[in-house]
Amino acid sequence: MKSCLVVDDSRVVRKVARKILEELSFACTEAEDGRQAMEVCQAAMPDAILLDWNMPVMTGIEFLRRLRKMAGGDRPKVVFCTTENDLAHIQEALSAGANEYIMKPFDSDIIQTKFAQVGLI
Amino acid sequence: MKVEDFDMFSALLKQRSGLVLTPDKAYLLESRLMPVARKWNMKGLDELAGSVRTRRDEALLRDITEAMTTNESSFFRDQRPFDLFRDVVLPPLLQTRASRRTIRIWSAACSSGQEAYSLCMLLQELGPKTAGWRFEILGTDISSEMVERARAGIYTQFEVQRGLPIQHLVKYFKQVGDKWQINEQIRSMVQFREFNLLGDLSPLGQFDVVFCRNVLIYFDQPTKTRVLENIARLLPPDGVLYLGGAETVLGITERFKPMDNQRGLYVTAASPKLAPAV
Repeated sequence: MKSCLVVDDSRVVRKVARKILEELSFACTEAEDGRQAMEVCQAAMPDAILLDWNMPVMTGIEFLRRLRKMAGGDRPKVVFCTTENDLAHIQEALSAGANEYIMKPFDSDIIQTKFAQVGLI
Repeated sequence: MKVEDFDMFSALLKQRSGLVLTPDKAYLLESRLMPVARKWNMKGLDELAGSVRTRRDEALLRDITEAMTTNESSFFRDQRPFDLFRDVVLPPLLQTRASRRTIRIWSAACSSGQEAYSLCMLLQELGPKTAGWRFEILGTDISSEMVERARAGIYTQFEVQRGLPIQHLVKYFKQVGDKWQINEQIRSMVQFREFNLLGDLSPLGQFDVVFCRNVLIYFDQPTKTRVLENIARLLPPDGVLYLGGAETVLGITERFKPMDNQRGLYVTAASPKLAPAV
């Protein structure tokens, strides 16, 4: 079973995403911000990370840049999932090492096709 | 909806589009025709049915047909047909068409254009392999509204997230307000035309590859046979036909045969690939 870390400061979004991902047979862990996500990754690298952008303490993009410098941090597939929906943000995310990008609102179809595109499903 | 109204609408749709509407689809008829009734300032489907019977206004009949034949679509729908296009269908065409360097592709019942545009992006991604080649891609749909949408190439945030890799969005689209428009270069690779599959196909010319996916499912058997045999006439012996995953040629026509181990791909009965081994 593949593992997915869901990083979002909204408990509701984490719950919705988790439900969708569990239906796709992912074992999920959750983090409320980038710092918590770092701690999870230091303990054990997940296969996938669904990542919000705007969060307190540490933003998603900052987390991603640090993750990609960590040992084994190149391995997880990172899928942004954010309300930032302009080209500049998307390009910034891709150049920081994101594999895919979901613009909120999302549904299970979108998560499924995006995860399939990066080879997670 | 009254039974006689349902029968009248389904006869109309059968005659104009080939669409076969079984009684279990009555809800679909109601939900799709209500907006048409509103557009024509009618109180409901009773009045709509009455007007169809008495006036047979061509514009109204067209609106009804369009409302019922609009189908969902997505970029790189089902993905595998596009992988097969790149890996199985295209390579031999690039060899056999090397002298004229032109390949013609038809996206039949193209809806809002995603299938045709997906092919364009796929061809662009091949880079030098297809440089110097001319790809003529035609998208047709019975609905003028869909053809307009396809030509504009403007999609919602939801639509561009279904099947489209994010790198493709960045590379081939520009943001227009809260929507996304496919770029001019890609749009210039495709022609979109309003066209009824039940009509005479010969004006469309010859094609090397025809995509006719998830269309036949709406037709009854004789109509399926007719459409497939008409398509067969547009293909050279080594031409290729795509059908949807739930569709087949078995028991419908002898003009096409399934390609070995390639679900959804069909070759013509005259295909050199079917020639007995010597």
